[in-house]
Parts: sequence; C-alpha cells; structure tokens
Amino acid sequence: MNYNAIRAIYRTEMARMMRTVVQSIVAPVLSTSLYFVIFGAAIGSRITEIDGVSYGAFIVPGLIMLSIMTESISNSSFAIYFPKFSGTIFELLSAPVSFVEVLLGYVGAAATKSVIIGVIILATASFFVTIEVAHPAIMLLFLVLISVSFSLFGFILGVWADGWEKLTIVPILVIMPLTFLGGTFYSISMLPPAWQTVSLFNPIVYLISGFRWSFYENADVAIGLSLGMAITFLSLCLIAIWWIFKTGYKLRN
Amino acid sequence: MQPVIRITDLTKTYAGGYEALKAVNLEIDRGEIFGLLGPNGAGKTTLINIVCGIVTKTSGTVLVDGFDNVSDYRETRSRIGLVPQELPTETFETPLNVCRFSRGLFGKPDNPEHIEKVLKSLSLWDKKDQKMMLLSGGMKRRVLIAKALAHEPDVLFLDEPTAGVDVELRQDMWNVVQSLRESGVTVILTTHYIEEAEQLADRIGVINHGEVIIVEEKTKLMRELGKKELVLHLTDPLAGIPTSLGDFELELSDGGCELTYHYDTKRDHTGITSLLAALHDAGIKFNDLNTSQSSLEEIFVGLVHKDS
Ligand SMILES: Nc1ncnc2c1ncn2[C@@H]1O[C@H](COP(=O)(O)OP(=O)(O)O)[C@@H](O)[C@H]1O
Ligand SMILES: [Mg+2]
Repeated sequence: MNYNAIRAIYRTEMARMMRTVVQSIVAPVLSTSLYFVIFGAAIGSRITEIDGVSYGAFIVPGLIMLSIMTESISNSSFAIYFPKFSGTIFELLSAPVSFVEVLLGYVGAAATKSVIIGVIILATASFFVTIEVAHPAIMLLFLVLISVSFSLFGFILGVWADGWEKLTIVPILVIMPLTFLGGTFYSISMLPPAWQTVSLFNPIVYLISGFRWSFYENADVAIGLSLGMAITFLSLCLIAIWWIFKTGYKLRN
Repeated sequence: MQPVIRITDLTKTYAGGYEALKAVNLEIDRGEIFGLLGPNGAGKTTLINIVCGIVTKTSGTVLVDGFDNVSDYRETRSRIGLVPQELPTETFETPLNVCRFSRGLFGKPDNPEHIEKVLKSLSLWDKKDQKMMLLSGGMKRRVLIAKALAHEPDVLFLDEPTAGVDVELRQDMWNVVQSLRESGVTVILTTHYIEEAEQLADRIGVINHGEVIIVEEKTKLMRELGKKELVLHLTDPLAGIPTSLGDFELELSDGGCELTYHYDTKRDHTGITSLLAALHDAGIKFNDLNTSQSSLEEIFVGLVHKDS
C-alpha cells in the first residue's frame, strides 16, 4: 500500500476545497438555509406535524441528504474529470498506485467534505428548529455511508463523462429528481397508494428514510432495509470502480 | 549487466485498429542516454506510454529492472519519471505544490530539501508559489521536468523535450540531463531532430511506422550516416570491373550497365575526382549519373525536412 500517495492526493484535494471555501461550504449552507426559510418557516407553518414531528424539523434529515448527495457527486466527479480533461491524469496513470489508493485519496477527500458539510447544515438547522437525534451512531453511519457511496458514484461519473455536458446532466436529470421524489420534503405515506409503490423503486427513498429514522425513529421503510440499500449501493459503486481500473475503461488507451 | 529496460516483441493496436507498434524489441542499458529518433507518428510516444503504464500493450513484455511492468507495476513505475510531450498542468496549483504531490504519489515521503534542489536546478525557485496558469509554456515544461525528478527516478523519459523550447531552457535541460547521467540515472529521450540525439545520446534507436529499424552507438551511426553512393549509367555494358579500378569500392549491376560507387561524405577525399579520371583512362563512357544516400539517411533527411 502506497500511503504517501494516499496522503498526497487527500492533502491536495482538501487544499483545493480550502481554496474554494465559499463555493464548497458557504454555498450549500446558504441554499439549505433558504430551503428552511421557504419550506420550513413560510410553508411549513401551515403544515401540520408529520408523525409527531414539526414540518421544519421533519425536513432536516432530507435536506442534509440532498446536500451531501449533490456535493459528493459534484466534488468527486470534478476531482477526476478535470485531470482527465486537462491531461494531468497521465501522472496518476503512471504512478505506482492501485485503485485502492486513488479511491482513498479522491473519494476520501470528497466524502470528508460532504460529512463536514452535513454537520455544518445540521448545526445551521438547529438555529431554526429543535432537533433531536435519537440514534447518533446510526445517524453518523448513514452520513458516512452516503457520503462515501455518492462520492464513489461521482468518481464513476467523472471517469465516464467525456464532456462537461455529461458531467452536469446526470446530477440534474437523474439524481435531482430522484432526491426530490425520494421523500426529502414529505413522507412517502402522504402519497396515494399507487405512487407509494412507485416510490419504492427509487433507491433514494430508502436512504433518506433510514437517515430520518436515526433522528425521529419514524421511517417509510424498515431501517434494516435502508441500511441494506446503502450498503448495496456502496458495493455496486466499488465493483464498478474496481472494473474501471482493471480494464482501464475511459482512462487508458 | 542486466539492461534497465528490456522490451520484447511489444505490439500495440489501438482501439480503432491502427497498429502503432509492430513487435518492438529494445534494450536500454543502465546509466546511458538513449535517443529514440523517428518522425511524427512513428510510435515513440506510444512506446514510452506503454512502459510508463499510461497505455496498455496489446502483446509482448516490458521489464524494468527485471520487473514486469504489468504484474509488478508498483516496482516498475516507482523507478520511472516521465516528462510528457504535451504540457498538461494543474492550472490553479503552484510549482512547489505539484512537485510535493508528485513525490508523494510515487510513494516517497516529503523531502523539502530535494524539491528545493530540483526547483533551483531548473531556475524555478523564484516561481515556486506562482499559479501555473501564469507561467509561460517554457516554464510549464520546466515544472513538468521538476515533477518527474521530484520522486528521484532511476529512469527518466523525456518525450520530445525540446519541441518549441527556447535556447535558455534547452541549455538548462542539457545541464540537468548531464548531471542526472553523472548520478547514474538512465535517460531516454525521443526526438525528431537528429542534432538533439547527436548532441546528447550515447546510443540511438530509429523507429519508423512502429518498427525499430536500427539501434546503434551514436558514433558508429554517425559514420554510417555519412555514406553515399554514386551510380553511373554506362553507355556500353561491362563484363567485369577492370583491374585498373580495383582500388575503388565498386559494384556492377543491371547486366553490367550500372556502376555503383560507395563513398563517405565526411572523409576529406571522397575519391570521386580520381574515380572519374580512372574511368576516363580505362575508356569507360557513361551517359548519366546520380547520387543517392543510404536508406537510413533517407529516413533522417525525410525527418529533418518534415520539420524544418
Ligand atoms: N489514442 C490513439 N488512438 C488511435 N491511434 C492513436 C492513438 N494515439 C496514437 N495513435 C496513432 O499511433 C501512431 C503513433 O503515434 P505516436 O506514438 O504518438 O507517435 P510519435 O510519438 O512517434 O509521434 C500515430 O499514427 C497515431 O495517429
Ligand atoms: Mg510523440
């Protein structure tokens, strides 16, 4: 294992975040606060409690998930797409590293950022509403699992994309709809039965539900199912990346 | 002594079906400066990129220090530094940071003294904290060299190091190459300028259309390059070369109608004048003559003309 390489990649990626601290941290915090003002305070005041939780508090886990999913994807897809685009990836390809080191460096850094952002949003939210976390350990586990999985997914996206358009189109056309329809702002049980069934095909429902369970112990699906889904998604991404490095897909000629 | 790089029957067919390398065999000796000479599209970059792990080979083997570059890639890659032909740079990073990064990536612990030494040797020290996007093309190339040297490689590949480079950088680069050689580093440089190979290399390999045509000591090759031939079309065919012309390196062909003379342009006396006099004395008449270069030189001339 090339620990120096992991450190070099991780350090450089974290330094990049510090250089763009406004874009990396302030922006998601600001947008989350806006969601709060609009959905939590303005509209939410007209909505009754959901399963005994005020609407403002109800949406907190969903908002955190929304942010860390989009941030994870955009951070790690950019981190690998940009060297590919500029050509500097030649160095990574010629370095004595396996996909393990590359992932620990790039995905580790992207996931770290996401976890930091998640914690900051949680702190921001606690200014607006009172939040209780029933199962802090599970909460943290989900936070890390989702950050890592979506950073891995972003990495795959960054390798696959051969243009800026592709890089932005997947988050906008696939991830964003799935997240918004995944119960960020509502409980699946509020939907008509037919749509409840449709929603169960959306993997993000399971992730948000599980995360919300760790706060308020109410969930759309069983917590075990949520954890299973998170781990499955993580494994699928890992297998895809292992395959990418093994075959050199879109990386090596 | 075991060669530092041994390439056996290496082939590469790109996805589109283009055969960029056709069974290349090449050995690079430890500590030498090897010039890989060939026109654009000959396969130089492909060859280097395969050794470095950037391009996957189709068949054949590459050994670096006895290690296979696919199954033992950690061993081989950590020994190799590459300065690519293109100039890709991390726009928002600084020379100091990218060198630190390269060193770590290749498995070496931090060593600020070494990085400082490398940056200074390439006149980059006063630019170490500037954003790369503010650096000129020549400076970027220096940074790429610095990056490759940051992890103290045993083998350094320079892919077309002087393409579009100013005189000053060329000089700096030669100095760096010389001092690397003194410290035992093997340097492989590709170029399509004969002069460049001539100045620096101990041995020269010529590659064309994905085939290594010749590998030779530079001094020997330079002698070969001087060879030319003069062909005389005789009016009357000869049965044999007259004994009075025995001192000349002559060859009779085309049913006795063509007389070929081999000579060396680099010698003080080519012998052409005395040959013509001797022909006159022997009563041999010719109605046409032409000179041509040996095939190797044709390749070189082709190369040089392409780019000048
Ligand atoms: N990625 C690629 N896909 C298809 N053909 C390629 C690729 N890279 C290089 N080639 C072809 O392979 C040949 C050798 O290229 P290259 O190794 O770059 O030559 P050189 O470095 O000697 O100029 C060229 O004809 C080039 O067009
Ligand atoms: Mg080339």
